[in-house]
Amino acid sequence: MKARVTVTLKNGVLDPQGKAIEGALGGLGFGGIGSVRQGKVFDIELTGSNKDAVRDDLAQMCEKLLANTVIENYAIEIVE
Amino acid sequence: MKTAVIVFPGSNRDRDMFHALELITGTRPLSVWHTETTLPDVDLVIVPGGFSYGDYLRSGAIAARSPILKDMIARANAGVSILGVCNGFQILTEAGLLPGALMRNAGLNFVCKEVLLETVNNTTRFSNAFAKGQVWRCPVAHHDGNYFADADTLKAIEDNGQVVFRYANGTNPNGSIHDIAGIINEKGNVLGMMPHPENLVEPLQGGTDGRALFESLISALETA
Repeated sequence: MKARVTVTLKNGVLDPQGKAIEGALGGLGFGGIGSVRQGKVFDIELTGSNKDAVRDDLAQMCEKLLANTVIENYAIEIVE
Repeated sequence: MKTAVIVFPGSNRDRDMFHALELITGTRPLSVWHTETTLPDVDLVIVPGGFSYGDYLRSGAIAARSPILKDMIARANAGVSILGVCNGFQILTEAGLLPGALMRNAGLNFVCKEVLLETVNNTTRFSNAFAKGQVWRCPVAHHDGNYFADADTLKAIEDNGQVVFRYANGTNPNGSIHDIAGIINEKGNVLGMMPHPENLVEPLQGGTDGRALFESLISALETA
């Protein structure tokens, strides 16, 4: 089974890297950008076949390591 | 005062800490490798600065899940003094021993310079040798020192006097909320700070302002 975990900064948490990217995109001439927030994507291959169990494991992985829930949210997607 | 310094792959201020501790306490600290599972019986455990695991994932995130951390957390809960400096502060927040998080510097630059700190709370075991409101010099060297906590947490740590050191006189180098440079846990035995007091402990380093932090610990722990 393959899963994708997406970790993003919570609303209200300053993202200086996203701001810098936003500025650079503007510098390249791209208009119409409201804002940019940078996050992380983890593609994880798992050996389990029970979707619910895998999803529970992934949530534990996010809580314990992949995300810092003080500043980040996470979303879990079972890809295949 | 017996001390131990935990060393992770990528720690680089551990030697600075050994030197400062030996100079000030007269006793050489014990070195504890991160894969060990039990800390020696000491009065003070130090998590030093550096770039443990190359700052992969988030600064301090991987180190905070090292084998030795389990015992360190147990010691913290039992009241043993723990000091985290720079990457050590990041590790303590990642381990859940201190509230909040340390994010990328607001200006995006790595900052390596001297700042001014104000001792906001001088009633802790880490700060009793400072005068309240004392402004002192201290070096910083970090990329992820931008302290953040949500509004409720921030209010709680301010109300509880858990903010021990603040960047003073407009020298906040990283955008930290409320100019926070160092905080203590509610119980008062775990302190984390981004600046490096161990790098200003003898005239050869340009000053001795950082000594007061270690002298605070000596007076608090040796009379306890």
